[in-house]
Amino acid sequence: MTGQSPAVVSASKLGLTFQTNDGPVQALSNVDLTIGKGEFVSFIGPSGCGKTTLLRVIADLEKPTSGAISVNGMTPEQAREKRAYGYVFQAAALFPWRTIERNVALPLEIIGLSKAEQAERIKRTLELVNLAGFEKKYPWQLSGGMQQRASIARALAFDADLLLMDEPFGALDEIVRDHLNEQLLELWERTNKTICFVTHSIPEAVYLSTRIVVMSPRPGRVSDVIESTLPRKRPLDIRETPEFLAIAARVRDGLRAGHSYDD
Amino acid sequence: MDSFRSKIIPVTTILAAVVVAWYVFAVVLNAPFQRDLDQRANETPGTAEFIGKTLSQPKPTLPAPHQVAVNFFENTFLRSVTSNRSLVYNAWVTLSSTLLGFAFGTALGIVIAVGIVHVATLDRSLMPWVIASQTIPILAVAPMIIVVLAAVGITGLIPKALISTYLSFFPVTVGMVKGLRSPELMHLDLMHTYNASRAQTFWKLRVPASVPFLFTSMKVAVAASLVGAIVGELPTGAVAGIGAKLLSGAYYSQSIDIWSALVAGSIVAALLVMVVGVAGRLVDRAMGGRPA
Repeated sequence: MTGQSPAVVSASKLGLTFQTNDGPVQALSNVDLTIGKGEFVSFIGPSGCGKTTLLRVIADLEKPTSGAISVNGMTPEQAREKRAYGYVFQAAALFPWRTIERNVALPLEIIGLSKAEQAERIKRTLELVNLAGFEKKYPWQLSGGMQQRASIARALAFDADLLLMDEPFGALDEIVRDHLNEQLLELWERTNKTICFVTHSIPEAVYLSTRIVVMSPRPGRVSDVIESTLPRKRPLDIRETPEFLAIAARVRDGLRAGHSYDD
Repeated sequence: MDSFRSKIIPVTTILAAVVVAWYVFAVVLNAPFQRDLDQRANETPGTAEFIGKTLSQPKPTLPAPHQVAVNFFENTFLRSVTSNRSLVYNAWVTLSSTLLGFAFGTALGIVIAVGIVHVATLDRSLMPWVIASQTIPILAVAPMIIVVLAAVGITGLIPKALISTYLSFFPVTVGMVKGLRSPELMHLDLMHTYNASRAQTFWKLRVPASVPFLFTSMKVAVAASLVGAIVGELPTGAVAGIGAKLLSGAYYSQSIDIWSALVAGSIVAALLVMVVGVAGRLVDRAMGGRPA
């Protein structure tokens, strides 16, 4: 364990092997990674490369079978118990029987905040994701993009410094996705959170990240880590600049190198 | 108009076909006895008269629909509701034990389901017994329950209600086990990331997720409860209730009485299922359900 490391996430020689009926599957192997405070790190790779598994290990939803990992200097389990992170799933995963505001209130109820404190935080986080005015709506009354924004609000509501996002915009169409990417950057800028973001879209990863972790499958491993040279402030049209395209090309190369096309 | 064409017309068509078939069977089944009577009275009625006679016997093998309808109408609307010949009175007697048994059964079903979902040992040890309990014919168990309880001084409503309980807890248990296990993995993971306690996960996720399953199983359970209450009246020598009407009708060959008691039982069952269905829809709406 790295002990008093200032890193938000620190993994060394991390491995995870699932025992399946078809024999052991190495989902993660020898992952070394340090994520500092305020970084926006994307994990990109083909399916089966372990990017979601890595995020789930950070979140203590999976236990590693080898190596070490610390979150905020603690074990993932301790970090989870201290509610160190907010997790955004691939689907919005809102409770259909709760209104938007009650959905955002869910973690606050579990933590045991007072009604007044809950109301204040619901108001603040719904404004942060531009959902003010939709408090009393039920999830089915909202579009997919709005539902996912509500689930981000829910992850932000209890003020964890770390946001773990597992392909949050994967199910949305391109236009909505662009819009949400822009909003997410703005939100990251304003809140100064550390964000770990799983995606399989190269433009999304390059547009959002300060650092891109390229992963490859069988066994799931980190094949390249690319530091972005883009400025923190990024308008959407930055995606047409040569700098952006150069980073995207490097990511694509990294993906190709790690991917064997014969299987 | 649309619902009229899509629902009312098919249902009425079937109903009309059933009524026609019923009349045909009534004539055919009542004919031998009528022929006997005519022979003894040395009468040779024409076909139309003969058919008319087969449909107006006082104790027919199969009563004609109109005979049942008249009997049902007289015993429902023309009698004081306190008379023990009134179907309203008898239906109320059965209904009261149905409702008590249904309440017991639902509560018991939920408790067992919660136990099965939360305690691994109960899942393995209790579920087979729950299933086995329903393979025992209720007609064999009912008299024993009545006799045993009478021996310890419990008579009246409770023993009958317990037979309803015995039949109605099962669908609720099965439905609620499914319902409490229905939350998606993602929702359970979500609760895990919040470090929610088992109790919090239970009340905030499992219980609300199980509500639709509860109402579906309660619809089955309430109908089973009614069957239980009727069966419970048979061996008790009950003096009132739909079961008692069926039994006395059979005893005195009052086939028309039997059929109108059956009709009364069916109406009570349909009403009960409908009430549970409406309650389920109201709860669903209150829980933000999407209007269909």
